[in-house]
Parts: sequence; structure tokens; C-alpha cells
Amino acid sequence: MTQQPLIDVRNLKKYFPIKTGLFNRVVGHVKAVDDVTFGIHQGETFGLVGESGCGKSTLGRAILQLQKPTSGEVLFDGRSVQQMNAKQLRHLRQDMQIIFQDPFGSLNPRFHIRDIIGEPLRVHQQVSAAEIDKRVVELMELVGLDATRRNRYPHEFSGGQRQRIGIARAIALNPRFIVADEAVSALDVSVQSQVLNLLMKLQKELGLTFLFIAHGLNVVRHISDRIGVMYLGRLVEVGRTEELFANPRHPYTAALLSAIPRPSPHRKQERIVLQGDVPSPANPPAGCRFHPRCIYAQDKCRVLSPELVTLASEHQVACHYPLEALSHSEVI
Amino acid sequence: MAGKLLEIQNLTTGFVTEKGIAKATDRISLSVEKGKTLCIVGESGSGKSVASLSIMRLVDYAGGTIFEGSIRFNGDDLAAKSQKDMINIRGEHIAMIFQDPMSALNPVFTIGDQIAESLQLHQRISRPEAWRQAIDMLQMVGIPDPELRAKQYPHEMSGGMRQRVVIAMALVCKPALLIADEPTTALDVTVQAQILELLRRLQDELGMAIVLITHDMGVAAEMADRIAVMYAGKIVEEGTVLDIFDHPSHPYTIGLLNSIPGLEGTRGEELYTIPGTIPSINNLPAGCRFNPRCVKAEDRCRHQEPGLNEYRTDHHVACWLYSSEGARNTAGSASEVNHL
Ligand SMILES: Nc1ncnc2c1ncn2[C@@H]1O[C@H](COP(=O)(O)OP(=O)(O)OP(=O)(O)O)[C@@H](O)[C@H]1O
Ligand SMILES: Nc1ncnc2c1ncn2[C@@H]1O[C@H](COP(=O)(O)OP(=O)(O)O)[C@@H](O)[C@H]1O
Ligand code: SF4
Ligand code: SF4
Ligand SMILES: [Mg+2]
Ligand SMILES: [Mg+2]
Repeated sequence: MTQQPLIDVRNLKKYFPIKTGLFNRVVGHVKAVDDVTFGIHQGETFGLVGESGCGKSTLGRAILQLQKPTSGEVLFDGRSVQQMNAKQLRHLRQDMQIIFQDPFGSLNPRFHIRDIIGEPLRVHQQVSAAEIDKRVVELMELVGLDATRRNRYPHEFSGGQRQRIGIARAIALNPRFIVADEAVSALDVSVQSQVLNLLMKLQKELGLTFLFIAHGLNVVRHISDRIGVMYLGRLVEVGRTEELFANPRHPYTAALLSAIPRPSPHRKQERIVLQGDVPSPANPPAGCRFHPRCIYAQDKCRVLSPELVTLASEHQVACHYPLEALSHSEVI
Repeated sequence: MAGKLLEIQNLTTGFVTEKGIAKATDRISLSVEKGKTLCIVGESGSGKSVASLSIMRLVDYAGGTIFEGSIRFNGDDLAAKSQKDMINIRGEHIAMIFQDPMSALNPVFTIGDQIAESLQLHQRISRPEAWRQAIDMLQMVGIPDPELRAKQYPHEMSGGMRQRVVIAMALVCKPALLIADEPTTALDVTVQAQILELLRRLQDELGMAIVLITHDMGVAAEMADRIAVMYAGKIVEEGTVLDIFDHPSHPYTIGLLNSIPGLEGTRGEELYTIPGTIPSINNLPAGCRFNPRCVKAEDRCRHQEPGLNEYRTDHHVACWLYSSEGARNTAGSASEVNHL
């Protein structure tokens, strides 16, 4: 696509200092996000996957400026977020929202649902209480909640309903971009599919752009147009969803996909069981960060870090020896 | 019965509340054969953990009471045992692992000490011998450098390694039955794959039976010989893994399987959903517990609760569609919505 992306992330880094207890001296850095470049187009859902601690949430928060990036740039609709003044940033905050994983922890237990959903309206827009109430009713209906229950407290709602409350709140200001960080991960499948349907419906109706972070790979596959795979702070592969699932070119992606348990007792698939754990991002391996767990690693991998390069149309991989592209029929 | 290692009959475990007894499991029956794996699946709150804590009689410590039923293990009724007798059974003959490995590990002792300790609790062996066996066990569960690792503390390990340690601790006495309550839910899929493979290998080597509790149908498909589907304190369907996946029969099982976004299906399509949510055990609907969410519900479902019946050989369902009186509705009706 030649069109300019809505979200354009360039060489983004987010390092967290590691301090010693005694003198509070900085002895190193956790490189949670380390030189990430990618874009998300208007109306697109970009899925982000990878093992726990690889930097997905940090990347999401850094894009939203909820955590100040260490370096690099985020462009929103072509404008650099780093160069915005206070007023522009306030507008930006309305355009970009986040939905969290925990439908229990992220809602204030002492607030009525009405106030939780209406809060962003009160903070950002000069509107009367009556107008806020009208909008809250509208939003609750849009996300499939019974609006007559708006004077209740969060604990009176189920997990799935609480997630709907979080979604209603996130879309209250008509944002253009939403980061959904494990938004359905804590839900049971029967409720998860309800919330996924809601997110897909809202995207169509409101033209939303999503960064969808999740560890449930089947869920990410279902909702995403494109997927980025992260490993230890780096994007190691980006591709269109079908292509990535059919033709993973990075050895880590291939292992990750093969680890998904299939809900069918007939498909005893060949599995690449990765050895060992994810190394600490405070002290990542030299060269390719995946090399200690990679069965294809060569000498070059131990010294030289591979760049993310385009192998095929819209398919980028960071690996010195990418896997062969298979035909679709061989895979499925 | 010959091959049955564990046989649970009509087990009712509940909690006394202001509004009366909340039954977390309501007359459930289950069995596991020697060396085989039974998976209990169902959404959160359906009673899976209470069922497993009942087998271990740990539910007593969670404020629960077994009100009815028997839990026969090698013929002995665990429900009738004293806690004193249970101490010998737990760990030695039946072991349990939980979702959060940290809860099973003591942060102030090294992992080698903890494994050796649980051995010495059940076997009269010397400390050096216990330590040696602990290291063998760590080796067996795939911990690299076991001698070194045995001297480390739990916080020095990753989540996947801790779960391996917990498995080592649970299996060091070579129990005949392992109960694993969502042992991989907190782990990454890559680490989950390692742990599931480990459990399968150890099952082969030690010949133990496993009761695996999971809400992931993919994990169940991979691990189970038999599957029991729980809903709001009841077992609604039970059968071989092939029967459950190829001929899911209870409308809840069918709905559950159809709600999962597949890896081969069409992307972005509206997913099948079961309307509503699971009821609380304090506030169950009359009749079939699934009726407010069931697309097939008929009048009788709202008044009378169906029992678990064998409707095909070795395949049990609790639904009026499959009872002999309800036979008019059977064949084909359930697979209409099944597009798997
Ligand atoms: N505020 C912080 N201070 C220091 N380190 C942090 C902070 N936030 C995150 N980290 C570290 O940065 C790395 C990436 O964390 P992040 O939360 O982004 O991972 P993630 O991919 O979202 O993982 P998960 O799947 O578990 O949510 C981790 O090593 C984490 O410990
Ligand atoms: N200690 C307890 N006191 C009161 N109710 C409990 C307790 N433990 C579990 N329950 C209730 O029993 C039911 C089944 O719980 P549980 O077995 O933990 O479900 P699952 O493991 O299937 O998610 C739930 O309604 C839960 O709230
Ligand atoms: S660069 Fe080398 S070590 Fe890294 S993924 Fe590719 S083959 Fe493996
Ligand atoms: S008994 Fe009736 S309500 Fe219950 S699952 Fe069967 S058809 Fe549905
Ligand atoms: Mg995260
Ligand atoms: Mg549980």
C-alpha cells in the first residue's frame, strides 16, 4: 500500500532503567521495545503477538504516549506526535484510546457505570449532564448493554459485560485509533466470541483502526488484517494474516504457530517445540536475539542482528536464513 | 470395575451461604482409568476446581463441604476418610498441581530442599538419597543443570521452569493419579507446548492417570482420552475425545466448540455465540440450567432438569433432546449448528 498509514511508527525505542537498590545507580536497561518500525492503515486491524514480556504492551503504550518513548517517532495521520503542542496533544488523546485486559481492575468500583462511561466526555468536552446521559445511553446500546442499568456498580456486571463497559468508555469520544491490549484474553470462549463480534461490528460501523494485542493466536488471526510478531523487543515478522499463517518465514513465527493446540483430536500436527525460555530483555543475546533457541542458527546469527527486510509483498522478516515459502496446499 | 482408578458418584460439594447451600458440584459422576487422561472442560465458575479440590479433600480447607456422594480411589472412599488419612494419600498416591506455580512453592527454601522434603514426608529415606532423587526428578522434567538449579530459589526461575519444578515435586513419589488444574493457563503457548509434552511423556513413563482441568478445547483435544463438559455445577456431556469433538451433542458443547475462532475458518466473519452468560450457582434457573441460553429449549426444559443419560454407547448427555421420551428431537438436530 502506498497510502500513508494512520499510525506510523519509526525506530521506536522504550528502555526502562535498571537501578541498584543502594545508590539508585542505573546499572543497565531493559530494552522493552528496541527499534520498532511499522505502520497501521486507516480502518485496519493490526495484530501483535509474541511471548510474555516481549514488549507488546510497552509498544502499545508508547504509541499512545502513555509512556514516553526513549527515542524514535510516532506519526499520527502524518503529524509527528513528538512535536505536538499541549493543545494538539489533548486532541490526540481523544483520537487514541486503550481497552485493557482486566475487566475487573480497570473500572473504578465506587463509580456508577454511567459515570465510568461518561467520564471522558466530562473531561474532554463541554457538554451538559443531560447530554452526557443521552450519550451514555447511546453508547451502552451500541455495545449491547442494558442502558437501564447505568446506575449500577461494576461488580454487578459479569466479566464480559465489564469488558463492554470498557469498550463503551473507549469509544465515547469517537476515537480513530484503539489499542486493545489483551481485551478478550480473560474471557471464557462463549463470552469472548460475543466481545470479538462487538469489536468487529464497531470497527465496521465507526471505521476504527485497531492495534490488537493478544496471546490467543486463533483470536488474533480471526480479527487481524495484518500481524506483527515480536520477540524480545523487536518485530521479527510482519505480514498479511493469511500469508503469515500459511507461510511463516521466521523460525520463531513457525514455532509459535505450531505450538497452538488445535481443537480437533484428528490433527496431530508436527510441532516444533522450542527449547528453553525467553531470555531476559535486560541482557538479550548478541546477534539475532532468537539464536539460542533457533534450530537453524549459524555463526553469522550469533554476531549479526538481522534487519527487518521485505521478502514478498507486504511480508517482512528479520532473519538471515528465512524459511522457504511453502505453497498454501502444503500447509493446509 | 476393573480398570477404574478413580470413580466419583453423585458428588455434591457446596458452600454454606446466607441464602442456603450453594452447590458448586451437583451430583456429578466421573471416572478415570489407570494410565488414562480425563479432561474436565467448562467456563469459569462451572465447578471444575471445586470438583478437583474435592477429590483431594482440600475443599474442606476452602470452606466447602462434601454433602453427598462417594469418591472411590482404588476402591477406597476418599469422601469418608479423615484428614489424617488423607495426608498419606495426598502426595503419595494422588498429587495435584495448580495454575499458579508460585502458590505451591515456598519462597524461602531452595527447590531441591522442597522436592526432597516432600519425598521424605512419604518415604523413609536419608537426606542425601532424597536429594539425589530430587535431582533425578528435575532432570526428568527437563530442567537444565539440575544440580545447580536444585540450590536455587523459586524467584530465580521463569514461569515455565517453576511449573516444571512443581510437576517434579508432584510426581517425585510416583503417584497413581495426577490432578492438574489449568496447569498451563498462565503460560505462553510455546511453554505450554513444552509442559503438555512433558506431562504426556511422564504419563507414559510412570503409568499414571491424569485429571486435567482446562477451559481450552485445544488442550483437551490434544491430551484427553475422555472429556467431561461441566456447566453450572453439572456434567452436561461426557464421552471419548472423539465422540465429544466429532459428535458433540449437548447444545452447550456444540455452542462452545462453534464459538472458538478456528485456524482454518474464514477470517473476520461473525463468530457463533452462545447468548447470555453462565448463571451463578446462587441463582440457578429452574429446569435445565442451560435453558435461558439454549437455542433448542422447549417448555419442559424450563421446568424439569434432565439427568445424565447414556444416549449412545459410552457417550453421556444431560439434555431432554436425547432422553428416550424426547427422542423425537434427536438425530441431526444438534449438528445443524455444528459447522466444525
Ligand atoms: N514500567 C516498567 N519498568 C521497568 N520494566 C518494565 C516496565 N514495563 C515493562 N517492563 C519490562 O519490559 C518488558 C516488556 O514488557 P511488556 O509489558 O511490554 O510485555 P508484554 O509483551 O506486554 O507481555 P505480556 O504478554 O506478559 O503482557 C518486560 O521485560 C517488562 O518486565
Ligand atoms: N471458597 C468458596 N466459597 C464460596 N464459593 C466458592 C468457593 N470456591 C468456589 N466457589 C464457587 O463455586 C463455583 C465453582 O467454582 P470453581 O470450581 O472454582 O469453578 P471453575 O474452577 O470451574 O472456574 C463458583 O460459583 C464459585 O464462586
Ligand atoms: S537469524 Fe539465524 S538465529 Fe535468527 S532466526 Fe534466523 S536463522 Fe535463526
Ligand atoms: S434440556 Fe432443553 S434447555 Fe437444556 S440443553 Fe437440552 S434442549 Fe437445551
Ligand atoms: Mg502485556
Ligand atoms: Mg478453576
